[in-house]
Amino acid sequence: MRMEKLTDPRLHYLTPLRQTPFHPRTAAANRMNSWGPWGGYTTALVFDDEAMEYTAIRNAASVYDLCPMVKYRVRGREALAYLNRLTVRDVGKLSVGGVQYTIWCDDAGKIIDDGTLFRLGEDEYRICCQERHLPWLLDSAFGFDVEIEEVTEEIAALSLQGPCTAMVLRAAGFDVAGLKPFRMATFPFDGGELMISRTGFTGDLGYELWTTPDHALPLWDLLFDAGAPWGIRPIGSNALNMARVEAGFIITNLDFVPVHQAVREDRVRSPFEMGLDWLISWDKGHFTGRRALKAEGEKGSEWAFVGLDIEGNVSAEHSLIYHDKKHEVGHITGAVWSPTCKRNIALAHLKRPYHADKNGNLWVEVYAMRELQYVKLMLKATVCQRPFFKPARRTATPPGAF
Amino acid sequence: MIYDAVIVGAGHNGLTAACYLARAGLKVMVVEKNDWVGGAAVSRELYPGFTYSNCSYVSSLFRPEIMRDLELPKHGLQVLPYEGGAVFMEGGDYLGMHRDHDANRREIARHSKRDAEAYDRYARDVLRHCRFIRPMLLRTAPDPSSFRPRDLSELAWLGKQIFGLSEMAMYDMIRFWTMSIADYLDEYFEHPTVKAYQAVASIIGTALGPMSPGTAYVLLHHAMGDVDGNVGAWGFARGGMGSITKALTASLKAAGGEVRTGSGVEKILVKNGRAYGVVLENGDEVLGKRVVSNMDVKRTFLKHVDEADLPGAFVKRVKAFKIRGSSGKLNIALDRAPKFTALPEGSPYVKGDMHFTDSIEKMERAYDDWKAGHYSQDPFQDMMIPTMIDPTMTPPGKHFMSCFVQYASPKIEGRDWTDEDRDGFAKTCLDQIEKYAPGFKDSILHYEVRTPRELEKEVGLTEGNIFQGELTFDQLLFNRPVPGCAQYRSPIQDLWICGSSTHPGGGVMGAPGRNAASEILRDIKQPKKDMSEAYAVL
Repeated sequence: MRMEKLTDPRLHYLTPLRQTPFHPRTAAANRMNSWGPWGGYTTALVFDDEAMEYTAIRNAASVYDLCPMVKYRVRGREALAYLNRLTVRDVGKLSVGGVQYTIWCDDAGKIIDDGTLFRLGEDEYRICCQERHLPWLLDSAFGFDVEIEEVTEEIAALSLQGPCTAMVLRAAGFDVAGLKPFRMATFPFDGGELMISRTGFTGDLGYELWTTPDHALPLWDLLFDAGAPWGIRPIGSNALNMARVEAGFIITNLDFVPVHQAVREDRVRSPFEMGLDWLISWDKGHFTGRRALKAEGEKGSEWAFVGLDIEGNVSAEHSLIYHDKKHEVGHITGAVWSPTCKRNIALAHLKRPYHADKNGNLWVEVYAMRELQYVKLMLKATVCQRPFFKPARRTATPPGAF
Repeated sequence: MIYDAVIVGAGHNGLTAACYLARAGLKVMVVEKNDWVGGAAVSRELYPGFTYSNCSYVSSLFRPEIMRDLELPKHGLQVLPYEGGAVFMEGGDYLGMHRDHDANRREIARHSKRDAEAYDRYARDVLRHCRFIRPMLLRTAPDPSSFRPRDLSELAWLGKQIFGLSEMAMYDMIRFWTMSIADYLDEYFEHPTVKAYQAVASIIGTALGPMSPGTAYVLLHHAMGDVDGNVGAWGFARGGMGSITKALTASLKAAGGEVRTGSGVEKILVKNGRAYGVVLENGDEVLGKRVVSNMDVKRTFLKHVDEADLPGAFVKRVKAFKIRGSSGKLNIALDRAPKFTALPEGSPYVKGDMHFTDSIEKMERAYDDWKAGHYSQDPFQDMMIPTMIDPTMTPPGKHFMSCFVQYASPKIEGRDWTDEDRDGFAKTCLDQIEKYAPGFKDSILHYEVRTPRELEKEVGLTEGNIFQGELTFDQLLFNRPVPGCAQYRSPIQDLWICGSSTHPGGGVMGAPGRNAASEILRDIKQPKKDMSEAYAVL
């Protein structure tokens, strides 16, 4: 009866939030019993101590359950041409075994989502992203000999991030010493296969590990056994969020509203407005949104996305930004006191030209909660380079031992 | 005694108008033909211990501004959001509905993975249209031919809303307001049942099929409401829909207004082009400085006013006003909860709206019967069991089932409905439910059937049209009910209209009543009291 219940697809409502294939392990490790929804899954926010989890990312080795990430398989004779049409980046430059960070836009040149594109074979790719796009992906395939499937549940993935992660993988029996950033390699594992890519969301040395759900628990167990000498620990979304702000990475629906969900037309952003225009390949041929983006490139954009360094130590999440303390010129979407940089950093939307020419007199209005009472602060903000944290170990190949 | 305002009809809009007028200091009398108040927002006990929602059965459009202005919660009104809902499919499966986005996606994905992921963009687009239309609900539609400063400023406001849109959004807007729901849904979804569920809101109360142009807007009319800010959500009024009009009546009395039931208006008294009161069916005269009719526009002007007192062109327009009945209703007292074979034991779907029409094609076929002047042989039903959530309407363990049925033509092949027609209509509906819930018929303790005939006779809705006139684009905004008469006024001085025939239309919304009161107070230069402007949307 119980098995029958679990396998009857109609009974999904009994568990409105799904559990990932790693749930037996993450649940056992979640001493705080702190969970949040992500893409229809229940995921750990904190396992036992957010600061310790964050420290594991920057000091040793951390494990984050990536399963809720939405995944699509794209394969077929014209997969490359299709993806070149769909995304703004030149997919032709992506060789088999390579990974690209990329974005795709609608015809008006506004961002639908960002994600990573894996070239698994000559004619096979995987898109990993935050939101769901099957109708868009299918409609974009008109005229291409290509097959697109949503495969989120077919894949179990962990993100292993931190300066000691190459050592952990070596101890686990996977030699990744030669693996360069944005490359992947496949290893036999547990009677199946493990794909390891040198990718991540922390701006540090790190890897993402991809397998099928039936191998999920052995993978978890192997990593934690092998990683014990380095103090490997599971991390929740809160710790990861600190690291990703330091790395200057954006999250769809936290840092921008994807065009297919934006009820207010002015909420959408173009690549120029998210600091992602460097991804655009103008000479690869036509791609969706190209005409609009070309025009925007010539005419100029309304918004800019910048890093901010804010005086003091009060984190400025969701604060409004003023010019000369008077005129509202932007807002902050992600912010943290960076324990690693010892800076009060933020990711912000600024109306142009306050991101550059007129960025000398910017102030952030922060409401600091002090014993049940907000104290209003006006803090000076300086536009600065992203990422805030960019250690050499991130790209060193082979990686160091720490 | 001469009242400041005599309101004809104690429906939700008449009572809402009366409440606002009474609060502003006017002496108000509401006259009602039935022995009870409520109009189409009414709850009666037709079987001992069972309260029905005899006509309207769910609430979403009723404006929170009105509930708050008139202190309706203090007078007993409670609106309960509901969950669930399902379409039963041929072949034994179903498509369920969930309030939770991800749960809903997983349920749709059982039927179409593509449609499951199409929902984001669909919801975005419908919400965009809601954001556009919502601010208009509590505003008087401007007269586009007028040069009065007020009309000009309202037109400018409307223009600003329109020109604030991007080019693409403007295209979408025009298409949306004119196209059929079938065409609209085809742009998003592929699965017939996914489309059928979404199309429901586009045909309810409308004498159009899902393939008729103009039905997409009707969807919006049902999606633009909210329950506590949750736009598109629907709920039950605790104790039945009559709770809304009971609370309004209590609020009215607290403000010094009066209600007189049991005798309807025979005639609106007009002298020298001015209305000065009404004469009731029992012969009593109730005099007032103005008369405000909650009756639909046809009933008001064609049945209770001398046509000779009206301009011929106006009479012609009123006669041409589309108010075709399209629906009927079954209200059923049940000894026990029905068991739907398709649904897993304990599933939440029975708490919401349930349907048996699993494709737009079938809906359209049901409409074909209406066109032929009959009730549908395979009807569309919007079936709900409010007692799954509301414990006050029946004894514990018993249930009240409300079945909204479409289509039912105002006449049967050109002649009036007979009792045999009514019984045949009821049997068709009950048989349909029985097919999906065997044993259901045996659990019936009592039921009430309302065809367009009963709706017209008891509730006073011409042809049984639940919206007091169809919600097609030609009958909206400054064209509702008829051009030149969209600001709650009529060609007769001091005769006002405040029902769903006026902007912004039908549904238990209260906005027409509130807006009419606003216009009356403006007319007599009396400051509005306790009348909020529309809340921000989303």
